[in-house]
Amino acid sequence: MLSTVISRPWIWSWVAAAAAFVMVMALTQGRGASELAYAALSFGAFAAIVGLGQMLVITLGPGNVDLSIPAVMTLAGTLSLKAMGSDPNTAALGLLIAIAAGVGAGLANFALIYLLRLPPIIATLSASLVFQSIAIWSNRGLRIKPPAGLADFATGRTVGIPNVALVGIVLSIIVWLVLERATFGRWLLASGQNLRAARLAGIPVELVRATTYVTVAVLASIAGYLLASFSGGAALNMGQEYLLTSIAVVVIGGTSIAGGFSNVPGVWGASLFMFLVVSMLNSYGLGAGVRMMLTGLIIIGIVVAASTRRIRT
Amino acid sequence: MTRLFARHRILLPILSLAVLLAATFYMQPRAMSYFGVNLLFNLAVPIALATVAQMMIIMVNDIDLSLGAFVSLVACVTATFLHDTPVLGVLILAGLIAAYAGLGVLIHRFELPAIVVTLGMSFVWGGIALSILPSPGGTAPPWIRSLMTVKPSLVPMAVVAAVLIAAVTHFLIIRTGIGTVLRGVGGNAASVARAGWPVLRLKALAYALAGLFGVLAGMALVGLTTSADANIALRYTLLSIAGVILGGGEFIGGKVSPVGAVIGALTLALAASFLSFLRLSPDWQIGAQGAILILVLTARLIFTRRDGQEG
Repeated sequence: MLSTVISRPWIWSWVAAAAAFVMVMALTQGRGASELAYAALSFGAFAAIVGLGQMLVITLGPGNVDLSIPAVMTLAGTLSLKAMGSDPNTAALGLLIAIAAGVGAGLANFALIYLLRLPPIIATLSASLVFQSIAIWSNRGLRIKPPAGLADFATGRTVGIPNVALVGIVLSIIVWLVLERATFGRWLLASGQNLRAARLAGIPVELVRATTYVTVAVLASIAGYLLASFSGGAALNMGQEYLLTSIAVVVIGGTSIAGGFSNVPGVWGASLFMFLVVSMLNSYGLGAGVRMMLTGLIIIGIVVAASTRRIRT
Repeated sequence: MTRLFARHRILLPILSLAVLLAATFYMQPRAMSYFGVNLLFNLAVPIALATVAQMMIIMVNDIDLSLGAFVSLVACVTATFLHDTPVLGVLILAGLIAAYAGLGVLIHRFELPAIVVTLGMSFVWGGIALSILPSPGGTAPPWIRSLMTVKPSLVPMAVVAAVLIAAVTHFLIIRTGIGTVLRGVGGNAASVARAGWPVLRLKALAYALAGLFGVLAGMALVGLTTSADANIALRYTLLSIAGVILGGGEFIGGKVSPVGAVIGALTLALAASFLSFLRLSPDWQIGAQGAILILVLTARLIFTRRDGQEG
């Protein structure tokens, strides 16, 4: 029983998250445990949602990565808030606009990859410049508040759990079900393990890739919509930190960077861990520069630790 | 026609640069002078150096997403330590090159994904830079300043520098034995190892070269801007990757072209000047850069598709 638990690749991100939690608690002498857990769930949810999307793309195999996630989040956030214009009862319209922006961005990314045969790194980076420009142009520096009801939902809680975390969990369960139980999930994993073999086996690999690139953009746009509502408006740099975060949570969570294997629970453990590390460094009262440096070193340290485990077994 | 381009991949970057240059001169005929060309390509020197740095990494099948942060850090060190205490400054810069070599060892030894490690390193470099220069400032060492603003007769400094960078790196990577082996690591690391070469040390060398050119890029940048800040070169990450690909390089297989990379960097630097002549609204400046990037890369596809089909 114990050995089966330890052999799960996702267990390590949860262990790391728990360790970070204990370290913050040790600093505050155990005060504010529930507040910290609540904050970790709220902020971790955004990382988990974009991490899920990045996980699906990385599962597609070497070279597949979406670097346009921050730009798509910003674009969806600004467009949806502009459409809602702080009017009450427009939350559904805003969500629809956000998802439409996500679908559009995902299709644009895949068009560049498929039609122009650009490497995904270059394609998504160049496209993200265009998305960013559209966001700047549509926003014009305005800071539009989200409708009151939506803002209350995004910052509120149900039975003690933040609503954004609940949304994240529901999305995770859907992704997990699709990967483990649906034909599409099998297709995705097969394409990631060996694209040529998958194509010869009759799997519509291009359809799988297209769907995956649209899915990651839609997940990013939902995260952007929620984040903009959560923080009282969209900002042009709101997605910035999620570029590293989205890739880091996938790798720390135990998903193979070589593709072909996904790991949903690990993404959550890693997302909580990433938030807890930052709050740990914050509570030590370190300067911004040192904090940034340590965050980078901790991520690299974990990637090294994960790889030595992999080589040994 | 297509066959010609497929055989001589260098033609496409040259053609892109020529077309863009013609368009710029058409938009702004006054740019067609010693002073104008100098102005157009001034900022191309650090970009070209950064692109060569990126090329060293792409040559061994990795990618460096921390280059922009690294060049920013070098700029901060150059504008502070190298100016105030030159000996300490040189030591720090040498340490940074050694750190890059160490990064190559780390990535190769533990078979780590370079994209994740370098993304993490971008935070490390950025954090150090922020600690050195929390707000924009510092002063360029006078000798770098005078080197970057020298005015040779006939041809502007930027053009001379670009030709020099291209010639040196072409010799190093294409002509020398060690350069060929380094490209071989990208082509087939296993067979290079079988032939008796220490792949670990070769990777360290490739990364150290990237660090060296990254350091040169940061120093050149400070020579032009006279001061530095922690975010001064963040966009170099994208520019350098795009420059390598524009210049006919490939992400895998050790297929790189130093001359192409330098021309690619010049094209991207010119694209920025061209956009400012277009009088686009500032909202669209970033997007237009992305669009130009996509356009030029599309042209590459038209000419290389045949190559892929035949091969």
